Amino acid sequence: MKKVIMGNHALSYGAMLARTQVIAAYPITPQTQVVELLSEMCADGTLNAKFIKVESEHSAMAACIGASIAGARTFTATSSQGLALMHEMLHWAAGGRLPIVMGNINRAMAPGWTIWTDQNDSLSQRDTGWLQFYCSSNQEVLDTVLQAYKISETISIPSMVVLDAFALSHTYEVVDIPDQALVDEYLPKFKPYATVTPDDPRAFDGLTGPEHYMELRYKLQKDMEKVPALFEETGRQYEKIFGRRLSAVEPYLCDDAEIVLVTSGTAGYTARVAVEEMRKKGLKVGNLRIKMFRPFPFEDCRRILAKTPKIAVLDRNISYGHHGIFSQELKSALYGTGNQAVFAFIAGLGGRDITADSFREMIETVSRTDRPTEDILWIGVKR
Amino acid sequence: MKKEKKMTLTLPIEEHIGAGNLACQGCGANLALRYVLKALGQRTILCIPACCWAVIDGGFPHSCADVPIYHCAFETAASTATGVKAGLDMIGDKETTVMAWAGDGGTFDIGLQALSGAAERNDDIIYACYDNEAYMNTGIQRSSATPSGAWTTTTPVKFPKDQPKKDIDAIMAAHNIPYLATASTSYPEDLFKKAKKAKEIRGTKFLHIYAPCPTGWKSRPEDTVKLGRMVVQNGIFPLYEVEGGEKYTQTIKVKDKKPIDDYLKLQGRFRHLKPEGIAMLQDEVDRRYARLLKKFENK
Amino acid sequence: MSIKKDKKKIVFESEKDMPTMPMSLGSMLWNKTGSWRNIRPEIKLEDCIQCGICWKFCPDMSVEIENEWPVINYDYCKGCGICAEECPVKCIAMVEERR
Repeated sequence: MKKVIMGNHALSYGAMLARTQVIAAYPITPQTQVVELLSEMCADGTLNAKFIKVESEHSAMAACIGASIAGARTFTATSSQGLALMHEMLHWAAGGRLPIVMGNINRAMAPGWTIWTDQNDSLSQRDTGWLQFYCSSNQEVLDTVLQAYKISETISIPSMVVLDAFALSHTYEVVDIPDQALVDEYLPKFKPYATVTPDDPRAFDGLTGPEHYMELRYKLQKDMEKVPALFEETGRQYEKIFGRRLSAVEPYLCDDAEIVLVTSGTAGYTARVAVEEMRKKGLKVGNLRIKMFRPFPFEDCRRILAKTPKIAVLDRNISYGHHGIFSQELKSALYGTGNQAVFAFIAGLGGRDITADSFREMIETVSRTDRPTEDILWIGVKR
Repeated sequence: MKKEKKMTLTLPIEEHIGAGNLACQGCGANLALRYVLKALGQRTILCIPACCWAVIDGGFPHSCADVPIYHCAFETAASTATGVKAGLDMIGDKETTVMAWAGDGGTFDIGLQALSGAAERNDDIIYACYDNEAYMNTGIQRSSATPSGAWTTTTPVKFPKDQPKKDIDAIMAAHNIPYLATASTSYPEDLFKKAKKAKEIRGTKFLHIYAPCPTGWKSRPEDTVKLGRMVVQNGIFPLYEVEGGEKYTQTIKVKDKKPIDDYLKLQGRFRHLKPEGIAMLQDEVDRRYARLLKKFENK
Repeated sequence: MSIKKDKKKIVFESEKDMPTMPMSLGSMLWNKTGSWRNIRPEIKLEDCIQCGICWKFCPDMSVEIENEWPVINYDYCKGCGICAEECPVKCIAMVEERR
């Protein structure tokens, strides 16, 4: 069934179709519509789930953790300050190997108070052990929720489905809402690795000494490393059932490109406008959208960008004292593999628009020199 | 043996926590959980945040208990328990009891917000706080459950705690939860009865259990039970229950309330107190007790 | 269901043997806390009135009941002395531990 829905509702429909059993969430702009629709679904019986209206995001994730270890499929959604408040529990969920799926609406961090988009909230959580998927359309949001459950439950690692505030969360698009029966086929009932139950009484997540802690972390990393292949596989299964391919990275006209614009989230579509324009002018420009940020798609990036002379990364985020985070990650992925020049751009912090002009400016800058003249190339800063 | 008599047991013989645990000698927290689990039985899931019991249990890959345990983050005992209960409901288990088992720091201080949230929603959990009146597991730092006048490692004898203990029971009663009770490990039959009662009630139940700590209080391990009796008889920790936030019932009557001196003398944490200081504490205890007495319906 | 009675300490030789989730696989019975003891309780059963108080107040489940009589489990008794202190007929003595 096709429906015109907002990005936030795509998350709600994803959670509904996944037959999420426990939802625990706290309201925060711009996430509220996600939980409002889920509340309605729970109230009118569309979704058979318990919705715990917790008193904070910290408790939201704690309750999800409790429900997940009890054996229920769980969901939450948050944004920005809420995600930051959850930080401790994000480590807990991943360290405890609980396949919770959450939606995060990318909103910049205060102060000053802001509700507009950038990626510093979710990227600040990159080392918590969660999978992170940055979506660029409402359809992709819905599809990714379902795939995220499939991956998370296979490998016992939680997932974060990320979308830009307003640019996606509040934008209405046509979304194909798949049949429940097909979703059930793709995503069967949750079979937990283990549960907290009196029938097999065990203590979970207890005190762990130096003789064992490191091995538990090694296992988490080893399972993380399996995710790219698992993503590929579950993406193919998804295509077979629903006719839509889900990929960890999305290259667009990259094969012969002399400049590749690397983007994430909704900025990718804007980049393509510039790419097509440049192509018409005879400039070989391409776009690589990185959807899966954790684990980082090293192999895909190396393969696609192996022969690209110039790479322009657009970061809607910053690691203060370093660079934009996608550019850091990409440089580390490409290190020692070739002679690519990586230009690290930062734009759009705190919701400032990223337009086709932003990409035109990037392409101009990249065309002018062989190597970047500055560590960070700022777009649109009033200086 | 010479007699044919049966041993007198006032509690069920089944144990749900085992030997080999890491509790200190004479640990009140051990007694507290031992009694509570005798009442709740094996089909109980514990959510234990950072507290002494996070260590006592033994640590990965071992556990001294035969009940399932989820070791959760410090401030999340209530919210984790709520989540576990919701998860059980959704997988079709409506029978298992879910209990948050937290120390005073995790209850009075860092976990208070989550506890208040669960109580306001009236989530169907038991929240039990074993109160040893300081952060004992981290090395005896003051909490808001530490009584005034007490030494801790962050309230040195030159500047002992000068704020009274936070009245957590009044706070919880103000949430109008269906059941709340105070208990002491030295009145195990009373504690047992209260835990049993809590198990049968739907909604949020709060058990506040006084649990002496020889290590932190600088008391002799053998005095643990004695202290738990004295604290009730001198009115510092009266035993009662509150139903629906309004019906107060004293469960252990105090016939002739004792002065607090002897109780203080058994504990090194009060050793620095001068007679004036003790008199001030006595005054505080008397006022609190008088205020509470007015609430009891079974005078 | 009862307390898992295995008495061996679990030590993993390889991460491959470890569970994905940090979860318990055995009891704490390998941990003989009797070695913490400086003084040991000794029950004079001739004077014992079988009141069960020593059993009731033992924080470490180390007063066991055998044929209606209290028996100290010295493998685990930590020597706190509560049983001796609380015994109404004073038939438990705390004596110096000699090892």
